[in-house]
Parts: sequence; structure tokens; C-alpha cells
Amino acid sequence: MSSSKTVTVNFGPVHPAAHGVLRLILDLDGEIVERADPHIGLLHRGTEKLIEHKTYLQALPYFDRLDYVAPMNQEHAFALAIEKLLDVEVPERGQYIRVLFSEIGRLLSHLLNVTTTAMDVGAMTPITWGFDEREKLLDFYEEVSGSRFHAAYFRAGGVHQDLPDGLTDKIFDFCNNFPKALDDIESLLTENRIFKQRNVNIGKVSKEDAVDRGFSGFVLRACGVPWDLRKSQPYDCYDKLDFKIPVGSNGDCYDRYLCQIDEMRESIKIMLQCLDKMPNGEVINRDSKIAAPKRMDMKNSMESIIHHFKFFTEGFHVPEGEIYSAVEAPKGEFGVYLIADGSSRPYRCKIRAPGFAHLQAFDLLSKGHLLADVPAILGSIAIVFGEVDR
Amino acid sequence: MSKSIEVAKEAIKKKCNPIEISDDFNQLQISISTNQILDVVDFIKNDEACEFRQITDIAGVDFPDRQKRFEVIYHFLSFKHNSRLRIKIIIGEDEIIPSITSIFPAANWFEREAFDMYGIQFKDHPDLRRILTDYGFEGYPLRKDFPLSGNVEIRYDEIDKKIIHEPVNLQQDFRSFDIQSPWERTNYLKEEKKNNE
Repeated sequence: MSSSKTVTVNFGPVHPAAHGVLRLILDLDGEIVERADPHIGLLHRGTEKLIEHKTYLQALPYFDRLDYVAPMNQEHAFALAIEKLLDVEVPERGQYIRVLFSEIGRLLSHLLNVTTTAMDVGAMTPITWGFDEREKLLDFYEEVSGSRFHAAYFRAGGVHQDLPDGLTDKIFDFCNNFPKALDDIESLLTENRIFKQRNVNIGKVSKEDAVDRGFSGFVLRACGVPWDLRKSQPYDCYDKLDFKIPVGSNGDCYDRYLCQIDEMRESIKIMLQCLDKMPNGEVINRDSKIAAPKRMDMKNSMESIIHHFKFFTEGFHVPEGEIYSAVEAPKGEFGVYLIADGSSRPYRCKIRAPGFAHLQAFDLLSKGHLLADVPAILGSIAIVFGEVDR
Repeated sequence: MSKSIEVAKEAIKKKCNPIEISDDFNQLQISISTNQILDVVDFIKNDEACEFRQITDIAGVDFPDRQKRFEVIYHFLSFKHNSRLRIKIIIGEDEIIPSITSIFPAANWFEREAFDMYGIQFKDHPDLRRILTDYGFEGYPLRKDFPLSGNVEIRYDEIDKKIIHEPVNLQQDFRSFDIQSPWERTNYLKEEKKNNE
């Protein structure tokens, strides 16, 4: 047990700097953290259990509610898993739309995370600017799916519906204006003396530790490991796009911040390329009966009405098999391990959340740092409890 | 990607003596017995043909009809060869698996989760506590015989001025519709396509 010198402090579960419902048991020697024991599960909703009782179509919206900061990226992993099991192709336009919105999700996540972390270490202004930009992105979400957060827009085989008229122009305008906003945010943080004092050399991890501890995404890249699933195991149309992977060297909070900022700039590049290259055509694979029939077809085709009814009651069947499919979500490798038994419901759906592994290493990250550094470290690894607790 | 899988497959076949080895969907999967786990995991981490340096996840699966009802599936990732590996172990309810936390420290929470959700025991785990469920939770929620709505519900009691646990009492039970149809499914579409070609 702890020696008489140490004091045990209960941080959370409702602490403004905990970014959600995290309970940390901290053993402190004066102000120095000797041991951190995260207690998670306060937001556990039994997503995996619920998914086992739903059809594939009904299970999809649960993925919005995992990392609710970047909802569509999670849907992407689930859709890809089903597609692989069914062996269906996604029409090219569908692929580009999915990549476009995955990158919007990346911006959403990084914008929220960078600016709230800045607030945790004392910079109040970036959050107002960052959320201004986020609001514009959420408008795109709303235009395309009808809701700002819980979009349920991706489907196995493509996306639910085509982009509304004029949306591409709005996204194009956004892409042209956003770098300026990002410059403004950076001007307040990147070379700011206080921000650097609070972040440089805080929560440092070595390359080896990062790999051992199951890190992924920008947290891994900030440690100097050039690994990004969009490059190494490309899915959808990522192999047709030209972008760079920002890699850090120090593995501290400041490098993680820089990686996120640079990734946002790359995301803008990807979005512009998507808008440029996006062909016309279908957005979802209609051949394999995994998409609902078109409304117009149902007006004069009995077959379509039957299909529509069966599609929304029984759902589509996925052949027996098991698959692991992962995407590069904003926070790291988000994976879905799916076991299908041939019926219209998943037999088992294990969700691999990046934040779970990152939070697991919190003891390692915070050991020897001050209590005041705990929020900075917590913010720098982008914890969102929707995905950690599932 | 598939070439590195072939190399790893041969190496594992030679050294680890797996019960079963497959590469459906270009994903390598091996089945091994419980007592092999530490040796195999150590081998795949350090062998040059494998170098699966990172553990991505551990998943439990419940098959209540089987004699040995649980499957534990370990996911590994190799940065060097850009490939993935799944290791599958089948165990019964009263069996115990050696923990791999000594080889992969990141397995700690993943094993805790499998313990929490399925009641799978891990030997020599440094800290095998529940992780996602509430303090004092009873039962293993992801087992197939655990009800979807759970067993207890909690509320704040105005009289006792504290939170109390009560058996779940739903106004309407969870409705599970039997919607399976005897019709042919979409397979015929693929066959038709093949015939046309």
C-alpha cells in the first residue's frame, strides 16, 4: 500500500477537466502523482449486447454513440466489416462521400480536442473559435443526414442518400476558409509560452512503450511511429488520394497537439481532392439487396414493396463468417470484430476503441508529473467516454 | 500484404503446432489449446517472420450450446509486415487461461474486460477486477443467457434518501420478433450473375 507520505485523491467522476465521466484514484506525494488508477465504465451502455439483439441495419446507429465527437468514422468501420463479409462493392461516388465525411469527422474531433485541451491549460479563446468552425461542419452533417451528431448516414454498401444540391459548394468554401481559422488558433497556441510550458515534455512516451501499450492514431504517431491505416491498409478510396502523415518525435503532449493540427491541414487536402474527383452515379450498391428500394420504384413495383417490407423487418442476411475490420478514426485504430451466423443479426460484435488502450496507459503517462498536469495529459490523448465505456 | 501472411503462416505452422490455421478474407487466424498460449504469444511477438508487436484487442465470445462454451480471441498487429493475426482459444466455463500481461502489458485491461463481460478467469493477472460494470455488479452481462434488460434497476429512494437496487420491472417486455423468412435470400442473385457470365 501507499506509504504514509502519499495522499489519495479522488478525481471525478464529474470533473470539468475529465472530458466526461472518469473517476481517477490518484496517489499523490505532495503535488506529484505516484500512481493513477482510472475507474471507467460510468458511461457503459452495453452497446455490444444491444447490437446482438438488433439487425445489421438497426445496429448501425449505435456506432454514432460511441465516439460521439466524430460519429461517422465509427459507422465506417461497421459498414466495411459487413461489406467484406457480404463481398459487395461500394460505388465510387459512395466511397468518396464516405471518405469526405470521415475527414469531416476527423476535423470535428481534433477541433474539439485541441481547443478544449487548450482551455484546460488556461487558453480560453481557441475554444470559441474552434467551436465556430465545428458548427459549420455539423451543418454539413445535418444537411446530409438530418441530424447534427447521430447521423446514421453510412450503410453497408455505401451511404444512405446522395448529397443535397449545393452542399459540395459549401464544403468547398469551408475548405478554402478553414486554414485561415486554423492559423488563428495556432497563433494563440503553438508558440505561446504558457501553452508550451504546460505541454512540452509532459506525458512523454517512448516509441517502444507506445507500441507495447497498444497505442494507435496520432498518439502513436506523436511518438515517432509512422503508422496510419489510411496509408498502410487503405480502405475505400484512400489509395487514390494524396496526403501526408504527420509524425512527431518527442511523444509528449505538445507533439500530440502538433500532430492533430497538422492532420487537420491534411484532412482539408483530402476533402478538396474528394470534391474534385467525386464522380456522378449511385451512392449505394443496389444490386445485392442490401439497400432499401427507391421510393419511386415502390410506386409501381410490387417486388419493391415486398423488398422494402422485408428489408425493414427481417433485414438482410449476412453469410456465416468472422472478420476484423479497422479504420483510422480520429483517435486511432477503431476496429469491429464481427461474427455472423448467417442470420440477419450479428452473433457477436466486439468493438475495439482506441481510447480504451490510451487510457489504460494513463498511469504510465502521468507518473511523476504534477496534479495540474493530469488534465493536460488527459486532454492530449483525446479521451471520449462514449467509446471507452461502450 | 498476402505474401507476408504466407510467410507468417508457414513459420507458425512449423513452430507452434496450431490446431487449426486459416486465412479467410486475407486475415490469418489460428486456433491453439490453452496451455500453448504463452509460448505461442511469445513466439509471434519475437519471431522475425511474425513480429506481431502490438496487441489490438481481446474478444470473448459465448456459445452456450457447446460443451466448452467460451472462445477467447486475441488480435495482434505487426507494423513491420503490415499484417494482422487472430489467436483463438476455446475454453469451458470452469477453466482458466494464463494471462499474457507479462508479454503484452496492454492485455491488462482487455483481459479485465473479458473477465467482466464473460467471467473468463485469467491466471497470474496482476489486477483482475471488474472494469466496465458498476461497483458490486453481479453476473456476466455478455453471456447469451444474461437478459438484455439486466436483472436489477436502480433509483433514488426519497424516503431512505439513498440509491436502491430493485429487480427490473418493465411495463412492456423487450419484444423480440421472429422475422426469419423461409424465402431464398440474396444468394440467388450472385448465382444468376455467375450464370449470365
